[in-house]
Amino acid sequence: MLTSGSDTIKELTVEELRAKVGTGMTIEDADEHMLLSMGPQHPSTHGVLRLLLELDGENIVNLAPDIGFLHTGVEKTMESKTYTKALVMTDRLDYLSPMSNNLGYILAVEKLLGVEATPRAQAIRVILCELARISSHLVWLATHALDLAAMSVFLYCFREREYILDVFEMVAGQRMMVSYFRPGGLWRDVPEEFEPAVRQFLDFFPAKIADYEALLKNNPIWLQRTKDVGYISAEDAVSWGLTGPSLRGSGVDWDIRKAQPYLGYDKYEFDVPLETDGDVYARYRCRMREFWESLRIIRQALDKLPSGPVNISDRKIVPPPRSELGHSMEAVIHHFKLWTEGFKAPTGYVYNSVESPRGEFGCYIRGDGSPNPARVHFRTPSYVNLASLPQMGKGVFVADLVAIIGSVDIVLGEIDR
Amino acid sequence: MKREQLVVEKIKQAVADAIEDSDDFRGEQTLFIKMNRLKKVCTLLRDDPALQYNFLSDVTADDLLPEFPRFAVNYHLYSIPHKHRLRLRVLVEDPEKGPQTVGDIWKVGTWLEMEVWDLMGVSFKGNNSLRRLFLPEDWQGHPLRKDYPLGYEEVQFSFNWQEVDAKKPYAKD
Repeated sequence: MLTSGSDTIKELTVEELRAKVGTGMTIEDADEHMLLSMGPQHPSTHGVLRLLLELDGENIVNLAPDIGFLHTGVEKTMESKTYTKALVMTDRLDYLSPMSNNLGYILAVEKLLGVEATPRAQAIRVILCELARISSHLVWLATHALDLAAMSVFLYCFREREYILDVFEMVAGQRMMVSYFRPGGLWRDVPEEFEPAVRQFLDFFPAKIADYEALLKNNPIWLQRTKDVGYISAEDAVSWGLTGPSLRGSGVDWDIRKAQPYLGYDKYEFDVPLETDGDVYARYRCRMREFWESLRIIRQALDKLPSGPVNISDRKIVPPPRSELGHSMEAVIHHFKLWTEGFKAPTGYVYNSVESPRGEFGCYIRGDGSPNPARVHFRTPSYVNLASLPQMGKGVFVADLVAIIGSVDIVLGEIDR
Repeated sequence: MKREQLVVEKIKQAVADAIEDSDDFRGEQTLFIKMNRLKKVCTLLRDDPALQYNFLSDVTADDLLPEFPRFAVNYHLYSIPHKHRLRLRVLVEDPEKGPQTVGDIWKVGTWLEMEVWDLMGVSFKGNNSLRRLFLPEDWQGHPLRKDYPLGYEEVQFSFNWQEVDAKKPYAKD
């Protein structure tokens, strides 16, 4: 292959070429095939993902993801913050479902501390996480359909997502970067309008799902673009570390909410949608059916929402309420200590994973007895799911790759961290 | 027999000297595995019908400075059929000569190890894809190490613009 420099034309060896393109991809035939950079600024890579494609005509021979354009050193930054202050970094990972990230981190911190949230806080966390799942799936459906040229789905989905973001603003004061879950409970209790607002959503949303289904489920163009595209077998999916709806689209029955229940998920009745085809359409069906399951969980959680405090009573972890500061010296001391120094976590390491809308969101924390975590590591579902993209994308057309990327549902914020 | 004991028994039967130590904290089982026995242990854990740790959740490294050995690599395994989690911890004395790759046992291993090498600088024997993943090609050092300082960008104001500008690393005319 020839490349033109400023004044000389130099022939590159395959090794030099590989180093130059920076992905370490195996190039089969550098003379005949074309190398194409898809991204980082490309509308269907859902952010700043760069894919290097080796093309034989329109067929993809090889592909390799190139990431890191959004790397901000979240894990390193968190080491210099207290456990509570580091929470705000987690919102920025998967910015489409900040509640799930908060939860994954907070549950790991609570596990390290050895405390458990109150029943009311747990139920509210369940409701908000399932709302986050719906809103995240709405953005997935919107952009996935938009990539395959179904413009109207995009507009409808964003309309309903707006309602959920309004609910988040109502409870947390923020639409997206909520930081609502805190070690030991919540920032504050939900306001009175919360319950009627969520009930209203439960009433009108089923009809909206029917709308989306009517637009896509039996649409011949949609079926042609998604059926038998991007196949991955159950065995491969497990070996490549796929999780979430992408794994269940290949027929592997693993949902962390069922397998290792947290937040009392074992008390709610719900099913885990499974599809066995392992193609883009199967993953699409899985997520669509998860809408219904999330609605079921929210309804049950609202019906038996316990009353009581939302924070544990341990003042060494949860700051005292504002009203106590006026007449209690103890409260002032605790307030001051918590907001200047933070709480100290014991020495040891924990790994906790939750089922985020994209799959297994794991958080590894090592505490060393100081108020700052010694090491925080996130096992983010998008990062790991991206690993199987070459497996699914080999041999397909470039246009099909767009469908595959959409069906894996990646968020670059949590890939690059 | 409890699953925690079963794992230990099975490993002891197959690779007698593999387990150096074990740890149980907050209900999580950790097995300290000898670095050169890791591959055998991992193959056993995946293939034994009574264990079936068929899913590799995560590979992550710890910098334990000032302790020695300085690095520890954690492998978080999960058994989908048996719904059980297990952590293998491997202490690494020399990050240049790290543990064997697990990429041929669980395919995702290669990808997870790439992140560890880029940010923590622990290499994996037999993993040929180790390269700068998140950071630019010409980056020096591995930022998650404890001796790597948290950097910051000096703010330029009109009164000290040139003074700060002179310290910046980019090329000047």
